[in-house]
Amino acid sequence: MDTTHEQIAGIIKEKFESEVLSVETPYDFLTIHFKKEKIIDLIRYLYDHPVAKFQFLTTLCGIHYPDQKQIAVMYQLHSLVNNWRIRIKIYLPEENAVTPTLTNVFAAANWMERETYDFFGIKFTGHPDLRRILNVEDMIIFPMRKEYPLEDQTREDKKDFMFGR
Amino acid sequence: MADDAIKTQHAVEENRYSTLNLGPTHPATHGIFQNVLTMDGKVIIRSEPTIGYIHRAFEKLSERRPFYQITPLTDRMNYCSAPINNIGWHMTVEKLIGAEIPKRVQYLRVIIMELARISDHLICNTVIAVDTGALTGFVYLFQFRELIYEIYEQICGARLTTNIGRIGGFERDFNDVAWAKLDKFLKEFPEALKEFENLVKRNRIFMDRTIGAGPIAAARALNYGFTGPNLRATGVDYDVRVMNPYSSYEDFDFIIPVGLNGDTYDRFMVRQEEMWESMKIIRQAIEKLPDGPFFSPNVPDFYLPPKEEVYNNMEALIYHFKIVMGETDVPKGEVYHCVEGGNGELGFYLISDGGRTPFRLHFRRPCFIYYQAYAEMIKGANISDAILTMSSMNVIAGELDA
Amino acid sequence: MQSTQTRTTDIKLVEKPDGYEGAGFFATSLDKVVGMARKNSIWPLPFATSCCGIEFMATMGAHYDLARFGSERLSFSPRQADLLMVMGTIAKKMGPVLRQVYEQMAEPRWVLSVGACACSGGIFDTYSVLQGIDRIIPVDVYVPGCPPRPEQIINGIMKIQQLVESESRRRRDSPEYKALLNKYGIE
Repeated sequence: MDTTHEQIAGIIKEKFESEVLSVETPYDFLTIHFKKEKIIDLIRYLYDHPVAKFQFLTTLCGIHYPDQKQIAVMYQLHSLVNNWRIRIKIYLPEENAVTPTLTNVFAAANWMERETYDFFGIKFTGHPDLRRILNVEDMIIFPMRKEYPLEDQTREDKKDFMFGR
Repeated sequence: MADDAIKTQHAVEENRYSTLNLGPTHPATHGIFQNVLTMDGKVIIRSEPTIGYIHRAFEKLSERRPFYQITPLTDRMNYCSAPINNIGWHMTVEKLIGAEIPKRVQYLRVIIMELARISDHLICNTVIAVDTGALTGFVYLFQFRELIYEIYEQICGARLTTNIGRIGGFERDFNDVAWAKLDKFLKEFPEALKEFENLVKRNRIFMDRTIGAGPIAAARALNYGFTGPNLRATGVDYDVRVMNPYSSYEDFDFIIPVGLNGDTYDRFMVRQEEMWESMKIIRQAIEKLPDGPFFSPNVPDFYLPPKEEVYNNMEALIYHFKIVMGETDVPKGEVYHCVEGGNGELGFYLISDGGRTPFRLHFRRPCFIYYQAYAEMIKGANISDAILTMSSMNVIAGELDA
Repeated sequence: MQSTQTRTTDIKLVEKPDGYEGAGFFATSLDKVVGMARKNSIWPLPFATSCCGIEFMATMGAHYDLARFGSERLSFSPRQADLLMVMGTIAKKMGPVLRQVYEQMAEPRWVLSVGACACSGGIFDTYSVLQGIDRIIPVDVYVPGCPPRPEQIINGIMKIQQLVESESRRRRDSPEYKALLNKYGIE
């Protein structure tokens, strides 16, 4: 880990030492695995911190790990002033994926959380308008979860055996 | 008590305000997304967007396909500047496998990406002019897009959804016809662009229509996650090519144009200036183009060997078979790579678990992120300003829904 | 003064149908005249959703001019359009919208399905994409390609022109056509 990564990790550990599960730098990109309870406090702390200033939300998405029965939420922040990037991942249990919303800190999180809800079924408490955004409104499954198939099972014109499935 | 207040409010609204459905079927240019507008005469009080009318499940689809088969999917995101998406995806995979790309490939990639950027901005700017009533620019400048398409055809065979290049470089070097067409483009295009600019840049009617239409403040834009020309029009000079340079962009000398107010006129002018800067970059790249291979020889697991070797050499045959069947080993890891697309920071977040397909691939699509702000940008504006704002934000439906 | 040589121009006018010609009159059957008039004045409704829409814009441009086939005026209102050109992927969310637009068109109407996605779902064999628009509306001509070149789109338009020219005036009231519409549940 080079000095800027250590500096950022130090800033985080200053206040949230007990919540950090692990710190890694795959492909030279600082990744923090964090406990899910205080995630909004962490992001707000990084937003307001006078040195770090992570005031740009690059992206947020969900990741389903069926083996560990967990759904992760990945937040990627960018500090434009220092040109630092950081990735924070929290892990939620599959059956009860609930986490607070980030819309009070970043307005950009509004539709990103709706998309994550649409695909994985993660409920963001406090979100102003949590409903499906990309799929049809009356869909009952969460399609990006690994157990759901890609194809529409009711189609008759494409025979699976001809496509090697 | 509060309930009664809300009921009277609704009653008042129903009598005074009208609802207009700016429905999914737009005149051909913009793409399909819906806005239900509540209007007081011609002023917009509230708007409710609905997207997803072209949701094609790219992220789920990419979990099923080996890495080189995902390139045609990336084409179809921002289809106006497809090569940028392709090359961005190839660079993500090259980052994952740790491949080193020769300088010549990097410079050629820069040329293609800047051509694609010009192509994207041409559509956006001519369509802004069309929406104000000036159809001439559209008709004349589309001839130059045809020339750009001909250049793509010489390099990869396709016009629009190019699937250009391979993981590790290009499938063939640029031939003489491609260089000749590129020279012709660089010679004739500046004249035509100048003509278009002279028609609209200081035109009283155009300026009156676009200045002050759909403004957004810089701080609000940053909070909404804006990137690309929309953000640069508000005054923030964030460009991924300068902040996190990739593919040798640090060797080139270009400026980042920024605007002042973040309104439609600024977005138009930023895109216009970026086209001039792109041409500058292409000229520098052609001048300084180093010699060398047009592909990286260190990625035999991903780059198809040349056909003569496949027919004669056992090893090349085995590699060819493994690559086409998708049985190559990929390192495990999590990587994020971003490029400056036509609309802003296009990011690829790839998690690989060692299998032949990605475990999770997430696209950071700039259109999806900044379109959220549209409802706020048109509040209180006239309907004609709302149309102009939408076309100046360059919302591409393929990137919006993916 | 030299006399200038007259040159035949390269502009092709529409061929006249078979008939009997004389001094100041031309006799032919009514359907041929009506067919010729109809086929050269089709007003399309471009229902462009994605990448094929950009190729359509290139077709409308000056290089591959579509206006020379009589389609100078694109109609965005279904009530005034003859030809529904569906270009691009139709997702299941968009299906009802497409159906509504088709139902709002007045007879006679034709449907041109441009691109692999509109013909059969294309490369997107997923839960959210309609595998071909002929699941919900009857289609006359299919143009394959991803995206089809402008020449292919023009080829599709010319096939539509052949259909328009040779269609009998009574087709829309015939029981076979009504059965076709019933199959799709359209009244």
